[in-house]
Amino acid sequence: MKSKVGYLEREERRFAEVPRESIKLMAESTGVELSEEVAALLAEDVCYRLREATQNSSQFMRHAKRRKLSVEDFNRALRWSNTETVCGYGAQDALPFRPLKEGELFFVEDREINLVELALATNIPKGCAETMVRGRAGTGSIMPTAVQSLSEDLLKYYQQITRAILGEDPHLMKVALLDLQSNSKIAALLPYFVYVISGVKSVSHDLDQLNRLLHMVKSLVQNPYLYLGSYVRSLVSSVMYCILEPLAASINPLNDHWTLRDYAALLLSHIFWTHGDLVSGLYHQILLSLQKVLSDPVRPLCSHYGAVVGLHALGWKAVERVLYPHLPAYWANLQAVLDDYSVSNAQVKADGHKVYGAILVAVERLLKMKALSLTLAAGGGSAGLPGTTTGAVGFRENSPGLSPPPEPLSEPPLGIASHLQAGGAGCQWEEWTPVSLPAMYCELYSFFGDSLAVRFSTDPPLGGAPSSRSCQPLEGRKEPASGAPNLENTRKMPQLTASMNISPRQDGSPRMEPQPPSLAATVPGRSLARSSSSSSSVSRSRSSSSRPGRSTSQSRDIFPKARFPLPQAGPPAFSFIIGGRQMGRRCQGRRFQTSFTPTPPLNTLPPRAYAHKLPVIGRVSKPVRRWTCSHYSLHLPL
Amino acid sequence: MAAVQDGPMELDTEKETKPEILSDGTSKLSGNTASGTLSSSPLTAGGAPKQEDQQTLIAVLQFLRRNKLSESVEILRREAGLEDQEDSQTLDGSGGGKGDRDGGEANSLLSRVSITSAAAPQSTLTPITVKRANEQLDVSVVLSAYSQQGDPSLYQVYYSGLKNFIESVLDCHRAELSQLFYPLFVHMYLELVYNNHENEAKAFFEKFGGDQECYYQDDLRVLCGLTKKEHLKGNEVLLDFRTSRFVLRISRDSYQLLKRHLQERHNNQIWNIIQEHLYIDIFDGMPRSKSQIDSMSGSFAGEARREVNKVKVFHGLLKEPEIEVPLDDEEDEAENEEGKPKKKKTKKDSMGSKSKKQDPNAPQQNRIPLPELKDSDKLDKIMYMKESTKRIRLGPENLPSICFYSFLNAYQGLTAVDFTDDSSLLAGGFADSTVRIWSVTPKKLRKVKSAGELNLIDKESDDVLERIMDEKTASESKILCGHSGPVYSVSFSPDRNYLLSSSEDGTVRLWSLQTFTCLVGYKGHNYPVWDTHFSPFGYYFVSGGHDRVARLWATDHYQPLRIFAGHLADVTCTRFHPNSNYVATGSTDRTIRLWDVLNGNCVRIFTGHKGPVHSLAFSPNGKFLASGSTDGRVLLWDIGHGLMIGELKGHTDTIYALKFSRDGEILASGSMDNTVRLWDSTKAFDDVETDDFTAATGHIHLPDNSQELLLGTYHSKSTPVTHLHFTRRNLLLAAGGYSSQ
Repeated sequence: MKSKVGYLEREERRFAEVPRESIKLMAESTGVELSEEVAALLAEDVCYRLREATQNSSQFMRHAKRRKLSVEDFNRALRWSNTETVCGYGAQDALPFRPLKEGELFFVEDREINLVELALATNIPKGCAETMVRGRAGTGSIMPTAVQSLSEDLLKYYQQITRAILGEDPHLMKVALLDLQSNSKIAALLPYFVYVISGVKSVSHDLDQLNRLLHMVKSLVQNPYLYLGSYVRSLVSSVMYCILEPLAASINPLNDHWTLRDYAALLLSHIFWTHGDLVSGLYHQILLSLQKVLSDPVRPLCSHYGAVVGLHALGWKAVERVLYPHLPAYWANLQAVLDDYSVSNAQVKADGHKVYGAILVAVERLLKMKALSLTLAAGGGSAGLPGTTTGAVGFRENSPGLSPPPEPLSEPPLGIASHLQAGGAGCQWEEWTPVSLPAMYCELYSFFGDSLAVRFSTDPPLGGAPSSRSCQPLEGRKEPASGAPNLENTRKMPQLTASMNISPRQDGSPRMEPQPPSLAATVPGRSLARSSSSSSSVSRSRSSSSRPGRSTSQSRDIFPKARFPLPQAGPPAFSFIIGGRQMGRRCQGRRFQTSFTPTPPLNTLPPRAYAHKLPVIGRVSKPVRRWTCSHYSLHLPL
Repeated sequence: MAAVQDGPMELDTEKETKPEILSDGTSKLSGNTASGTLSSSPLTAGGAPKQEDQQTLIAVLQFLRRNKLSESVEILRREAGLEDQEDSQTLDGSGGGKGDRDGGEANSLLSRVSITSAAAPQSTLTPITVKRANEQLDVSVVLSAYSQQGDPSLYQVYYSGLKNFIESVLDCHRAELSQLFYPLFVHMYLELVYNNHENEAKAFFEKFGGDQECYYQDDLRVLCGLTKKEHLKGNEVLLDFRTSRFVLRISRDSYQLLKRHLQERHNNQIWNIIQEHLYIDIFDGMPRSKSQIDSMSGSFAGEARREVNKVKVFHGLLKEPEIEVPLDDEEDEAENEEGKPKKKKTKKDSMGSKSKKQDPNAPQQNRIPLPELKDSDKLDKIMYMKESTKRIRLGPENLPSICFYSFLNAYQGLTAVDFTDDSSLLAGGFADSTVRIWSVTPKKLRKVKSAGELNLIDKESDDVLERIMDEKTASESKILCGHSGPVYSVSFSPDRNYLLSSSEDGTVRLWSLQTFTCLVGYKGHNYPVWDTHFSPFGYYFVSGGHDRVARLWATDHYQPLRIFAGHLADVTCTRFHPNSNYVATGSTDRTIRLWDVLNGNCVRIFTGHKGPVHSLAFSPNGKFLASGSTDGRVLLWDIGHGLMIGELKGHTDTIYALKFSRDGEILASGSMDNTVRLWDSTKAFDDVETDDFTAATGHIHLPDNSQELLLGTYHSKSTPVTHLHFTRRNLLLAAGGYSSQ
């Protein structure tokens, strides 16, 4: 209706008026013939009504605290005066009002929109970020600035800074980074910097540049005056790129892309902890993408490495959630690489060791933090009595959701993740159930053997807690039901050595192969025969972890084994492995019959099983599948 | 068209002739008798020779009237048949061939009028003549009921006649009498429109529209669109103008001058209007100056009558409940130490009152029943006192720090903001009907657990209040959905348990901040509710909207307790007095009214704004009120005396936020022009000398010292200031939605 409103110039004109010709035209279009007189009257009335509605609508604008009258305001005025509203003009942007060349005809340009094109368009509309409030303080002087068009100075600054950072002069770079870190007036430049940083993809061959860009990220993130907003997402994706992607720079083994990944991972955690709240679901997304990389066997090892360090940087909870459950599947893959001694594989193998190390570090911290969190959660009150402590620990362990443990050493108690998870539908680790520490230790031990134990025992206790403190929960968990070992728990060292002696005896195997796990590959013939048993042993180890409550007195002997290396680091590990192999075959079944709880001996098995597997398995997927099958068959012997 | 063209011509001739006549006939004293005969000239205009009969008839009529025998008056009038005839005659004259005859009439009238008007400036009339004139006027009033629609073409003559007169009087009277222009203009115009003289109305507007004061431009714009009687019906604002009386404040001298002039010129049309539609508030004393008048005028209905502002207002603060002191004592010694400076401060706060104990201006403690303090309220009071000991003393040398909260990505349109008193929560109302609440502190917002879960809680435990909260729901912000139109205002309850929001959908909603759900929808306003505000003691709240009334509610009543009706246009903002006994409302009619909560009476009307009032703020001591409007000015009012005491100019756009600092020393104003300005309110209040005369007449000389009072202007780049809040330590918080345009 409003498309063709003409405006006549009249002498006494104070308003835009609808000429009677337009009225007649409109009437004709609906099939009504109007006389000149009626049209004139109508035209006048229409003018007045329009003016009235416009005047009324202005109050809606005023109360909405806007300067611009919107179609919505006009429609509200119409609605409140019981008039039909005008539909189809709700666009936020002003519609262009165009004159017709021939004369005094103006119309609103109303282009046709191709809905199909719109629906299939791949570009995602911008500016749908969440509404939020940000406070900025000015001490009676300057109010915060929001985004604005770039001034000349800012543009200059931007050029200088980017040139300095990406340039060759390390000193200049340092200065520029420092300024970027503390300058309070660069809010307007943020999108530009973010854009520059997103250029990581184009310089993946140049470690140096990547490093510089990461430093830039760091500076931006540390700048207290910058509100990153949704740019966090972009920054995170750039950083993730450096962590996870098989960078072109990685092809040359001489390039130290590992450090870059480490640094990027650190940066990621920093961004997350300081700005994670800006983007909802960020943690979740990061975890998902890390998990995806980790579970993709096609990806090169350096990507896996990145995923592991990334998880590690995100905290032990992330490790527990993603890395730990994924480890059995991944381990096989990794071992295959490590066991390949061919010359052509040398480089890959070296990478594999890198990954191995990263996992070890991550897992080690996971165990420590978990132990620590449990100790703290158990409460200091009953720390003196091991029996009560263990009881408490056992309880907490099984139901961590009930009362989140106090944040141990600034680790997150799933604060953000937990509620995200509640919201995020069908996420992959939905079915994730917390694993008790002993079970976890057992399983991890089965992968790493004593190299884990070594790390664990030799490291200084965490958080300044007395060593007995940090270790106690571990032991306590081993024997929650049996009262007898408690006494021994208190005297740690002797017990460890003693129980170590037991296990070889149990095996009854005379053989002592003083080989580290990796060396076991020298006997490839065995592998074929072993494949089936190894797979079943894996499954058993699983079962043990899934039923932590069952672990009773028997479990003692595995734990001590873990502890064993304490006094003498290397040698005992070897003997142990060999013994395990034997046990995997024969003693296993026997044990089952003799002892009531199968778990503890099972736990001892896996290390050997895996150690054996090392030379055997060349393929990744198979064992996993078998494992899932055997998961059910496992119950039969029990 | 002929008539329209003729009109101006005639007037031109008038203009030329009139001054001469005036100068000629200044010395004539015979005006009295002449006026006596001439006063009936409209009646005899038809040329009837029975003057004497008529005069007796008129005398009889007057007698009857004076004795209130209205029926007899009617009968007599009907029988005499005078007026009807005259009317029909004049009607014929106007309706039929105008041309020369009209011109002739006008001229003859003009000549007669001009003769009589010569006597007016003399002001040597005896009391008798005045009385006689009054009698004559009474008659003409009666008649005017019938000659309501005089010759439309003469309206211009009347008006310009008055204009010429006013322009010719002494300067001291001119300003006062000039007040007449606008209301007369509007009424004459409306009368023309009302009587279907469209062309005359247009011509009239064309001729005199430009003469009106600039601050009436908005109304004139509305007015000039009106050219049809049918349009009048729908336009409520103008209907009000017709039905309500425009109040003018004029000194007795000026009034006499005007009256004499009108009598002598037999300018019935104008006199009728003055009688019917204007209320002239006469005062004794010096006529006011132009600036004095300008500062007070501008509202829809003129100034406030003086008597309406004479009611005593108990603007003092209520006594602080004693409970705090023992509670303080129970606390450790340090606590007690802190309590002392606080007392000193309150003494300072209530500047006028001598001691904390009894403020003579304070209402009785139980004048309005207030909710009893709960334990949590007492705790909060203690917290408040602790905080206030750390309060920064502000002053011209010590300006507050400002923290600006920008709403980002508020594409849906931020319409209202409120902070809790302790500055821990921030609520925003949006045009998409939602209300969002943010926690400004690191403490997250948590819901109370569901009923089932609550049953499992050990109710005896000490931390039961902590246990009832559902940790899983902790988040930084919550969204409250329920309204079906833009939310125009939000207001936290003082105890932070509730939030009020008012919306375009005509409801006010009460939300629980424990469960983050809607508890009540108060329906009463049938139109958009522009503002709502909680009482400083909770429980009560006030709302005002498009239906032109403000309503007082209690949270536990679904119907309003009081309806404050009187504004001539939308109630745009509402505020509770710090002692909760009064409510101030600002309106689109450019007035501010103060209402007594106890009896619902309007106790103050403040005029002076030239645009809709959009923000109000009481000073912490309850003595003063600040108001901001679309004209970009802040006005300061003394509530006790009912006076305007200050004008703060500086903003260039609507002022949406006003707030006094906790001690009342600084007034902060925030505006659409993206600035926060700080004003020295202490100085503004002190500079005003309120002697008895000004207090009695309300004529105050406002010092034009805005620039001296302005302590600072702070710009945001593109964020209009929607809300201002002083924390308990006097840090200024400002909030607004970032707009990208």
